[in-house]
Amino acid sequence: MKNNMPIARAITLPLSDEVLKTLHTGDELLLTGVMYVGRDAAHKRMIETLEAGEALPVDLKGQVIYFMGPTPARPGKAVGSAGPTSSYRMDTYSPRLIAAGLKGMIGKGMRSGVVKKSMKKYKAVYLGAIGGAGALISRSIKKVDVVAYEDLGTEALRRIEVRDFPVTVVNDIYGGDLYQEGRSQYRIADLRR
Amino acid sequence: MMREIDADKVAETISGLLQEGCYRLSDDVIHALKLAHEREESPPARHVLGKLLENAEVAARDKVPLCQDTGMAVVFLELGQDVHIVGGDLYKAVQEGTRRATTQGYLRKSVVDRPFSARINTEDNTPAVVHTTIVPGEKLKITALSKGFGSENMSKIAMLPPAKGRSGVIDFVVACVDEAGANPCPPVIVGVGIGGTVEKCMLLAKEALLRRVGDPHPDAEIAELESEILKRINDLGIGAMGYGGRITALAVHVEVFPTHIASLPVAVNLQCHSVRHREAVL
Repeated sequence: MKNNMPIARAITLPLSDEVLKTLHTGDELLLTGVMYVGRDAAHKRMIETLEAGEALPVDLKGQVIYFMGPTPARPGKAVGSAGPTSSYRMDTYSPRLIAAGLKGMIGKGMRSGVVKKSMKKYKAVYLGAIGGAGALISRSIKKVDVVAYEDLGTEALRRIEVRDFPVTVVNDIYGGDLYQEGRSQYRIADLRR
Repeated sequence: MMREIDADKVAETISGLLQEGCYRLSDDVIHALKLAHEREESPPARHVLGKLLENAEVAARDKVPLCQDTGMAVVFLELGQDVHIVGGDLYKAVQEGTRRATTQGYLRKSVVDRPFSARINTEDNTPAVVHTTIVPGEKLKITALSKGFGSENMSKIAMLPPAKGRSGVIDFVVACVDEAGANPCPPVIVGVGIGGTVEKCMLLAKEALLRRVGDPHPDAEIAELESEILKRINDLGIGAMGYGGRITALAVHVEVFPTHIASLPVAVNLQCHSVRHREAVL
């Protein structure tokens, strides 16, 4: 990692295979375009749908999904607070969606070895948004539509339009992992034990 | 003489406390984040800390919750024994306050009933978890905490054998934060309970989170333990958001209670930087 923050790169969604090749662990990106939003309950339903041999309510092929459940929007606003939720809870579901063509996931926190293997195999990335910055992040979300599972409330499946949505590449398609690299760089070995 | 307090006043107070906490990061936390921002050497972690400070400004200005996880409400009541609650049931008033905060404050409905099966959203964030103590006097002190679950999920308890001693306590707390890694949205506040019974121990850890961030425990031996654990945690290198860095925790707060000769209970309750508790005295 460098001593200064890399300059954030503007990226248009969805992520093409060419763009995915240029993304590396630690890169700062500003995403513009369309992405989907879903967390625990929406993932559970999507997997049940796939297991039943049915089609998903939206085609996730080549798309990015953001693990998030917003607070209600105030009148006149597109969305309320809208930061990432912990991604590990989606670990059971993600490999299936990656195999079905999902190219990117946005969340916060660590992913399992199985998910990391799937990302490498199918050339997908995991991007980190800043947990606890939901008010700030909401400003880059311009439009929100519920596309399925409306009964799930905050956990419904949404389609959102974003402009300059800030993320950091955590896991790239080459097997890089920002959490492991960052931690080992700053860890002070404990000699007291 | 009994002093009368209206139940609706309790509801209205709790609604206000919960909303205020969700929009406005308290001064002690802002101060701790600014210090961390100055001290952090890791560029990505420093960047995150700067964004968290910016987030606090936006949240307060636009009345948008600091975090989309506006938490589960935990309400601590210190009820003076000379207080008479009139015009309704005290616990119903707590739930009404939680309901009002959720609807009036545009907070997220994050609570589900039947957690092991249907997980049905209660649609108003009730029920709040309530802890009541009866104290002398004719006042009611209310502390309302909105507890986010990204950090709650990473909390742990151990009933250590007494032989593990002080170093066993330190190792357990540090290992808990190490395993949690990036998940609880570091920088965290680490609430630690030592002693009591299994449920008392975790309650101590939660109460530790209510202290002003960075204030040491008044007991010198406990304060020293806090600073030693904090140093060990910050040597882990996890950093803000887990991107690697020197500041993983803003503070470690320890609360202690006597325990049984056979045990050394230790509980860790993690709290992200969105420390959202407010108090009022009626």
